[in-house]
Amino acid sequence: MLGLNNKDTKLLIAVAVLTLLAPFILNPFPADSAMAQFNAGYPDLMQRFVIFGIFAIGFNILFGLTGYLSFGHAAFLGIGSYAAVWIFKLFTYNVVPAIALAVIMAGLFSVIIGYVSLRRSGIYFSILTLAFAQMSFALAYSVLSNPKFNLTNGETGLQVYADDIQMFHREGLPDLPHLFGLSMRSTYNLDIGAWSFSFNAGYYLCAIVLMLVFYLSIRIFRSPFGLMLRAIKSNQTRMSYTGLNPRPHTLAAFVISGMYAGLAGGLMAAMDPLAGAERMQWTASGEVVLMTILGGTGTLIGPVLGAGFIKYFENIFSKINDSILHEWFAFLPDGLENFMVFIVHPFVGKGWHLTLGILFMLVVIFLPGGLVEGGQRIAKWIKNRGKAEDSGATTEPAE
Amino acid sequence: MDGLILQILNGLDKGSAYALIALGLTLIFGTLGVVNFAHGALFMIGAFCAVTISKILNISYEVVDPNQTDFLGNPLKVKTPYVESWFGPEMGASIIDWSVPLAILLTIPVMMLIGLIMERGLIKHFYSREHADQILVTFGLAIVLQEIIKYYFGANPIQTPPPEALQGVANIGAAFGMDLPYPIWRIVYFCFSLGIIGAVFAFLQFTTFGMVVRAGMADRETVGLLGINIDRRFTIMFAIAAAVAGLAGVMYAPINPPNYHMGMDFLVLSFVVVVVGGMGSLPGAVLAGFMLGILESFASTTWATTTLPGINQIIIYLVAIIVLLTRPRGLMGRKGVMEE
Amino acid sequence: MSKSNFTRRGVLKTGAVAGAGLALPTIFTAQSGHAFTNDPTGGSVTLGFNVPQSGPYADEGADELRAYQLAVEHLNGEGDSGMLNTFTSKELQGNGILGKKVEYVTGDTQTKSDAARASAKSMIEKDGAIMITGGSSSGVAIAVQGLCQEAGVIFMAGLTHSNDTTGKDRKANGFRHFFNGYMSGAALAPVLKNIYGDDRKAYHLTADYTWGWTQQESIAAATEALGWETVNNVLTPLASTDFSSYIAPVLNSGADVLVLNHYGGNMVNSLTNAVQFGLREKVVNGKDFEIVVPLYSRLMAKGAGANVKGIHGSTNWHWSLQDEGSKAFVKSFGTKYGFPPSQAAHTCYVQTLLYADAVTRAGSFAPCAVAEALEGFEFDGLGNGKTLYRAEDHQCFKDVLVVRGKENPTSEFDLLEVVEVTPAAQVTYAPDHAMFGGAEASLGECNNGA
Repeated sequence: MLGLNNKDTKLLIAVAVLTLLAPFILNPFPADSAMAQFNAGYPDLMQRFVIFGIFAIGFNILFGLTGYLSFGHAAFLGIGSYAAVWIFKLFTYNVVPAIALAVIMAGLFSVIIGYVSLRRSGIYFSILTLAFAQMSFALAYSVLSNPKFNLTNGETGLQVYADDIQMFHREGLPDLPHLFGLSMRSTYNLDIGAWSFSFNAGYYLCAIVLMLVFYLSIRIFRSPFGLMLRAIKSNQTRMSYTGLNPRPHTLAAFVISGMYAGLAGGLMAAMDPLAGAERMQWTASGEVVLMTILGGTGTLIGPVLGAGFIKYFENIFSKINDSILHEWFAFLPDGLENFMVFIVHPFVGKGWHLTLGILFMLVVIFLPGGLVEGGQRIAKWIKNRGKAEDSGATTEPAE
Repeated sequence: MDGLILQILNGLDKGSAYALIALGLTLIFGTLGVVNFAHGALFMIGAFCAVTISKILNISYEVVDPNQTDFLGNPLKVKTPYVESWFGPEMGASIIDWSVPLAILLTIPVMMLIGLIMERGLIKHFYSREHADQILVTFGLAIVLQEIIKYYFGANPIQTPPPEALQGVANIGAAFGMDLPYPIWRIVYFCFSLGIIGAVFAFLQFTTFGMVVRAGMADRETVGLLGINIDRRFTIMFAIAAAVAGLAGVMYAPINPPNYHMGMDFLVLSFVVVVVGGMGSLPGAVLAGFMLGILESFASTTWATTTLPGINQIIIYLVAIIVLLTRPRGLMGRKGVMEE
Repeated sequence: MSKSNFTRRGVLKTGAVAGAGLALPTIFTAQSGHAFTNDPTGGSVTLGFNVPQSGPYADEGADELRAYQLAVEHLNGEGDSGMLNTFTSKELQGNGILGKKVEYVTGDTQTKSDAARASAKSMIEKDGAIMITGGSSSGVAIAVQGLCQEAGVIFMAGLTHSNDTTGKDRKANGFRHFFNGYMSGAALAPVLKNIYGDDRKAYHLTADYTWGWTQQESIAAATEALGWETVNNVLTPLASTDFSSYIAPVLNSGADVLVLNHYGGNMVNSLTNAVQFGLREKVVNGKDFEIVVPLYSRLMAKGAGANVKGIHGSTNWHWSLQDEGSKAFVKSFGTKYGFPPSQAAHTCYVQTLLYADAVTRAGSFAPCAVAEALEGFEFDGLGNGKTLYRAEDHQCFKDVLVVRGKENPTSEFDLLEVVEVTPAAQVTYAPDHAMFGGAEASLGECNNGA
C-alpha cells in the first residue's frame, strides 16, 4: 500500500491508529481517581508528544542514517517558531502560511549551516553545529531583541499583541491560531462514565502532519537515497572510492531534517503563539539527541517513543507533590505512610530530573537498542511462549 | 595598557579552569575513547567537597541564650562549632577559615574513588558501545549526580570564602611601576592549575607508568600484545582525570560560590575547548583553554562590545567555528580520533 | 505517544461498551456548557501553583510553594489563620472560597517560558485550575500571563520585577503584587543620595535581557535626576558565570559607584567578584567606592554571604517588618517550617488570600468578576501598609523597602536590615508612563474564556 511493503504498511497503520486514538489511550484512568495523575490525554501534552515526535523523526533521518550527530538542531526548531509567529503578527492567524514559512526558513538556515558544518565530520561536525546553535540562542536572547530592532523579544518570547498589523485578519475569525476558521484551541470533551476524553483540533492537525511525515520518513529509509545515507554511515571512504560524492547526500539529509525541525517549530507556534529563545539552547538540542538514542537510533518508531518518554516525565512526574503522595499512601498506617512518602519524595515533583537521569542510565545499560529493543524483547518473549519449539526463528529488527 | 594586562590575567584565570577540565576530558578520550558528559559533574562535586568540609567543620552544638531572641521571639539558640570548643575559639576559627585548602586533602582521595567506581562500575561496559550510548549514559549519570547534590545542598549558591590571609587584592604590577590590583585567590588558582598541568605532563613524560599509558594511547593493541595490562593503567588514568576535575572544582569554589548546576555550565564550554584544541592532544587542550579564556575576556571589554554588540555572547563559538574551518582537526588534533 | 499501551485494550473495550450501550455520551464543546473556563462545579476549587522547582531558582520556588500551602491551610480554616486576622477585608471565613474547599496542583516552570506555559496549560486543561500563580522571573511571568489571558483564567504573578509585566505587556486577567524596576529606582535614589551625596559617578553592569534593561533604565533615570552621572553601562550575558572581565574595567573607569543590575546566580557571582577585586576598600575621587544591588532578596543575600555587608538595595518585603500583618505571617510560617519566609513567599501567600477575597467579594469565580473586584481595591494588614491594586494597569502600589546588608548578623536569616520604608506615594507613577509602554499600553478585554 502506498508503495510500502507489508511490514511498513502495518507499522504506518499502527502509528495512525495510535495517534488518532491517543485521547483514549492516554487517558486510561477515570478523571477523579488517584491514578488520574498519570493521565496524559490533555491537549497540550498530546500536542507536545506529536510535535517532539516529528522533531525526533527528522533528527533521526540525519543521525540514524548518516551517523552525523548534530548538536544544534534546536536552532532550526527555534527559527521555525519565530518565522511562524512573525506570520501571525504581520499577516494572519491562519496556521497554513505560518507553518509553510517555518519550514522554508528552517530549510534556508539548514542549507547554510549544513554547508559549512559538513566540511568536517565526527565530533568536529558536532561542535560546529553546537556553535551555530549557541550563537543563534545568545543573539536571540539578547542582541536581536533590543528596542531598536526587536526580532525575537528576548527573554519573554515573541508573541502577538493587540496592536500588531495582522493584515489579513478579519472579524469573526478566532483571535488565536486557526485553520481556516477552526481554532487550534477548540476542544470537544467526551464524558463516558467516570472517564473524560478531550479531542482537540490542534492535536488532530499535528497528528495528521505526524502521519504524513512518518510516511515520508519510511519512504526515505527505504529509498536508494536512504541506502546511500547508510553507506555514508558505514564507510564514507569506501563510498568515495566508488566515485560517489557523499557530501551532497549528507547535505540533503541535513536539510531535510532541518525542515522537519522547522515544521515542529511551526506547529509548536501554531498550538501556542509564542516563540522563546530557550527553544534554541544546547539543552534543547541535547534533548532531541537523547530522545533519539533513548528510543532507538536508526529505527523508524524509536525517536517518537523517546520523545514521548521524556515529555511524559517532564510534564507528569514534575506535578506529583507531597500532598498527592500522602493521598496515594493514605491506606497505609500512619508511620508507614510517612515512610513511603519519604522514600518516593526525592523522585517526583522537584526531583523529576533524578528519575529521568536514572531511567536514561537503566535504558541504555539494559536495552542497547533503546526502547524499541525493549518492545522487541517483549514481543519475542510473548511469541516464544506461544510456540516454545520455534526458538530458531529470528525476528528482523522492526525499523 | 594596565587594563589590557588585567584582561590577560582574567583570561588566564578563566582559562585555567577550562584547561583543567579539558585536560581531564582529553585524558579520558585519549586513553579510553569515551565521551564523558559527566565530567562537568565531577568538577561540580569537587567544588562541593569544599562546601562539605566547611559544613563539617561548622557542625555545632547549641546553647540556649535567654538574653537573645530569635525571629519568632523564642530564646535564641547560639551555635558554637565543636572545632572551636575543642581547639579554643581562635585556633578553631582559623581551622574553619582554612577549610578550602583543607578540602584539597579530601578531594583527591574522594575524586579518585568516584573515578574508580565510575570506570569499573559503569564506563567499562561501554567501551565497545557507540559514542551515542556513551553520551546517553554519562549524561544520565551527570543528571543523577547533580540532583543528589541539589537534594542535600539546595539550588542556591553557597558562599565558600578563601582563608582570610588569601582574600583581598595584591598589586602585582608594583615592581614594574604599574597599578595592577588583582585578587590573591585568583593568582593562587592560576599557579595551582599550572602546577597540576605540569604534574600531569611530568607524570606522563617521565614515569614508566606514564610511558606505558602514552604508548597505549598511540597503539593500544600492540601494548596489549606485549603482555602489559593496559586496562588497569587506563582505569587509573580515569581516576586521575576525575581528580584533576575535582581539584579544579575545589579551588574554584572561592572564586564563584558553587551551585548544583555549575558542572553543566562548564560542560559545553569544555567540550568546545577540547575540540578546538584538537581531539586526543593534551597540549592542545591546555593551549585552547587559555586561548579561549583570554579571547573571552577581551571580547567583554567595552571597546569590543561597542564595536560589535553581542560579541561577548558568542566569541567562544565564533572562534571555534573559525578554528575548525581553517584547521580541520583543531589546533593540535591527531588524525582519525573521533572523526567518524 | 503510546505511553499506556498496557491498558489500551481494556480502555477501548470499556469505551466502546459505554459508548454503544450504556448511555448517550454527554458531548459538549467547551463553549456551550459553562459561562467561564473551569467553572468549579463540585465541592472544591483548584488553584494552580506554578513555581520553579528545577534550575537555579529552585530554592525560591520551594519557598513559594511553602507559602501557598500555608495560604491554602488558612483559607480552609486550618492552622492559626495567619494574615486572615490582620487583613482589613473580613470576607474570608476560613471555610474555603465561597464555601468550596481549596485544593491545589503544583508544576515546574523550570524558569523557561516554554516549560512554564506547558505546565500552566496542563493545570488549566487537565486539572481544571481556575487561577494560576507563581514564578520567579519576568520572562516567565509575562509568558504565563499571556497564556492565562488567552485561556480565560486569572493570573496572580509571583516574583516578577520587570516594568513590562504591568507595562507594555499588561493583561486584563493578570495582577502583580510585587514591585518593579521603576519603584526600585524611585525608592533607592533618594536614600543613596542622602548617604553617598549627589555628586557620584555610577558604572552599571546589566544582565543582557529584558528585565536587566528595564531595571537599568529605571535606576539610571532616578539617580540622574538627583545629580548622579552614569559613566558606563555594560551588558553582561545571562550565561556568564565569571564576571572578572567585567569588573576589572571598573577599577580605572573613574566611577565611584558600581550598580549591579543582576538577579539570582548572576548577582551572587558579580557581587562576589566585585568584592574580590577590592572594590569595597577602594577610594575614588576622594570618596569611598560603593556597590549597589537594586533588587535584593534574602536567598540571594545568603548566597553572597559576607559580601553583602553594607550594600544597599531594595526589596518588596522583609520578615523583620513590625506591622501586625507581617508579624502574623512570620509567626505562622516560622512555626510551621522553622525559618522566616522570603519576600517571594510573602508575595505568593498574599496573592492567594487576595484572590480568595476578591472571589468572595464578587460572589463569583468568573475571571471578569474577580478582576473587577481586584481593580482599584484598597486594603491594609497584609504587610507593607496601605496597598492599592490600581485599575489602569493592575500594578500594586505599596511601601517599598530600602535595605542594607547587615554588618553583624545574629543568625543565618538575619542578613538584611531595613534602612527606610519608602511611602507608596513616592514610588507611584502615571499608568501611561513612557517606561511602561506609554499611552499605547492597554490591558485589553478581560477574558472569561469558555
